[in-house]
Amino acid sequence: MRGSVATYLTVARCSARRYAGYRAATAAGAFTNTVFGIIRAYVLLQVWHQQPGLGGYDASGVVTFVFLGQALITSMALFGGGIDLPERVRSGAVTMDMARPVSFQTWWLADDGGRAAVQLIIRGVPPMAVAALLFDLRLPTSVGTTSTGMASAGIGGVIGTWGLFAVSVALGFLVSFGLRYLIALTSFWLLDQRGLESAYTLCAVFLSGISVPLTIMPGALRGLAEALPFAAMMQIPADVFLGNRTGASLFAAIALQAGWAAVLLASGRALTARATRKLVIQGG
Amino acid sequence: MTTAFPPPASTPDGQAGAAVQPANARLVVENAEPAIEMDGVGKTFVLRRRAGRLRRERVDVPAVADLTFRINAGEMVGYLGPNGAGKSTTIKMLIGILVPSAGRIRVCGLDPSRQRMELARRLGVVFGQRTTLWWDLPLRDSFDLLRHIYRIPPDRFRENLDHFVDLLQMAPFLETPVRQLSLGQRMRGDLTAALLHDPEIVYLDEPTIGLDVVSKAAVRGFLAELNRARGTTIVLTTHDMTDIEQLCPRVLVIDHGRLGFDGELRDLRAQIGGERILVVDLTEPHPPIDVAGTRVVRVDGPRQWLAFPAGASAAPLVATVADRYPLIDLSIREPAIEDVIARLYTSGTEDPSDTRNSSGAEDFSGTKNPSGTEDVPGTEDFSGAEDFSGTDGNRPVPRQSGTSDTAASL
Repeated sequence: MRGSVATYLTVARCSARRYAGYRAATAAGAFTNTVFGIIRAYVLLQVWHQQPGLGGYDASGVVTFVFLGQALITSMALFGGGIDLPERVRSGAVTMDMARPVSFQTWWLADDGGRAAVQLIIRGVPPMAVAALLFDLRLPTSVGTTSTGMASAGIGGVIGTWGLFAVSVALGFLVSFGLRYLIALTSFWLLDQRGLESAYTLCAVFLSGISVPLTIMPGALRGLAEALPFAAMMQIPADVFLGNRTGASLFAAIALQAGWAAVLLASGRALTARATRKLVIQGG
Repeated sequence: MTTAFPPPASTPDGQAGAAVQPANARLVVENAEPAIEMDGVGKTFVLRRRAGRLRRERVDVPAVADLTFRINAGEMVGYLGPNGAGKSTTIKMLIGILVPSAGRIRVCGLDPSRQRMELARRLGVVFGQRTTLWWDLPLRDSFDLLRHIYRIPPDRFRENLDHFVDLLQMAPFLETPVRQLSLGQRMRGDLTAALLHDPEIVYLDEPTIGLDVVSKAAVRGFLAELNRARGTTIVLTTHDMTDIEQLCPRVLVIDHGRLGFDGELRDLRAQIGGERILVVDLTEPHPPIDVAGTRVVRVDGPRQWLAFPAGASAAPLVATVADRYPLIDLSIREPAIEDVIARLYTSGTEDPSDTRNSSGAEDFSGTKNPSGTEDVPGTEDFSGAEDFSGTDGNRPVPRQSGTSDTAASL
C-alpha cells in the first residue's frame, strides 16, 4: 500500500534527470568544483610538505582526500539543502504530496537520492580526472604503495575496497539525508528552518572532514568529531577509499555509519508521523 | 470535444479488458450507494494567540460546522462559497489530509483520514492553483511516475494516456518541460495526471482559474464527457459560475462554514429569486411602459427593460405589453447565477423570501456594466442559463436566450 520499489526508483530517476537537466549549471558546477579542489590540494600539500605524515596521510593520500571531499561535498549536501520540503510546506503544496498513496519519507529519500547520485558523478568524476593529471592520487588500484598501514593485496582487495567505499558512501548519504530531512520537517512547526540549516552547515563543514581531515584535530575534539554523524558523510568514506582503516577499525566505522543512519531515519519516521498528525489536525 | 471517452473496459486486446473488468463491475455496485457521505461534519482549528507578555490563550476557530450531505456515485456537483467559506477545508477532509473534529465522513465507504492511502488510489485531485507535475521535466515523465505510484496496468495506462492526449490535444507538448508550458497546457496535464488511474471520484478545486475562454470550454467539455462516459463522480469548486451552469445540475453552497443550499441550480435561482428582465423593442422611442407588476429600469431609444419578480409568470405581462404597445420583439433574461449566489451570501441566514423582491434590479440596470454598451452580464454567463430554465413548468414563456436579444420574436 505504501508504494512499490519501482515507484521510488522512478522518483529517484525523475529527480536525477531534473538535476542533470541544466547543462550549463552542471558544467559550471563541475568546473568550479575542480578549481576549488586544485586550490585546496595545493594549500594542504604545503602543510603536508612541512609536516609529512600529519594525521596519518602522506602527500598523495591528502590530495586524494581533498578530491574525495570535492566529490562528496554536494552529494552529501554538506552545505545543507537538497530537500525541497520546507518550500512546499510554506507554499502549501505539501498538501498534494500528502494526498499521494506513497510513503512521505521514502518519497523524499528517493528524491534526494536521485539528486545525490547525479551530483556524485558530476562533482566526482571530472574533478578526479583532472586531479589525476596534476597530482599523484592514491586509488584503490595502487596496492602496496600505502605508507599508512593498510595493504590490501590483489585484485580481490581492490574490488573489495571499491565495494566497501560504495557501501560507506551509501550509508553516509543516508546519514546526511536523515539529518537534513529532520531539519526540513521542522518547517511544519517553525516558520523558518534556515537557522537550523545554518547550524547544520557549520557543523558539517568543520566536523565532516571537508575542511581538514578529522585525524589532525586535537585529542578530545577528534574523538567527538569522529563519533558524530558528520564524520559518516565524508571522513569515513574517504578513509575507506584510502584504505586507512582495516579490520575492527573498518568494521567499527561502517557500523557507526549504519547506526547513525538507522537512528536518524527512525527519528525521521517518527517525526513524519507527528508532522502528518499536526497537518491533519491543525491544517496547512 | 468530438472524441468520446471509451467505456472503462473497451480495450482492443483481451488481456487488458480482463484487467479492467473489476473497474466496470465496481461502477455498477457503486451506483447503488453514495460516493460521499458527510454527517454532521465539523472542523475547528485551534490557534494560540498571544495574550499578554507570556500568556498565550487558546482560540477556537471553526472552519466548517455541521455539514451534512450525500453525493451519489456518478453525480456532478458544484461546491460553491466565497473565499474562506470552508471549501478547501471540506475537500481536505474528503481526501483525508484533515481530520474532522466532529461528525462522520465516508468516501467510497472508507474513512478518509484513517484509510487515506487506500482511498488515494480511488481519488483524483486537481488544485487549479497548484500542480502535481514535475516542474523541470517533460510532461510525459510525470505521467510515467504516476503509472508506478498508482500501479496502473501498462495496457490501461497506455490506453488512457492516448485518449487524454488525443482529447486534450497534448501531443505537441508531451515532451516539453512543464515549466515551459502555458497555463492552459499545464492544466490539461494536471487533469490527465489526476485521471490516469481511473479514479471513482475527482475533486477539482478551481480547474478553470486563469484560463482563457477556449481553454475553459475545453476543460468543461472534457469534464462533462468524463462524467457522462465513465460515470466518474465529480465535485467541482469554482468561482466561475459558467462552470457551474454548464456542468453541475446540483450545487452545494457553503458560507461561513455552513451549508446554505443543497439542490438544483434552478431551485437555487428560484429560491433566492431576484428579478427577471423583460426586454422589449418597440417600433419607435416611447415613454416608459406602465404595466402593473413591473418597473422600467432602463430605456434606450425604442428598447426598454422591465423588471418583474422572478417568481411571477411572464405570459400575462407579455400579453399586456403586446396589447398596449407597438411591440416588434422581446426577450426575457434570467438573473445571472453570480447575482443569485452573491445574494445568497449576503442574505446569510435570513429567510430567502425577504430578499426575494429587493435589490434584484440594480444588478441589471447598469451598475454592473458601467460601460452601458451591453446590459447582459456577458454572453458566456447568459447562454448557460438555458440549460436549466427550459424545464420549469409554471413559466409558460419559452425562455430561450443567446447572444442576441431577439429570442422570442412575435
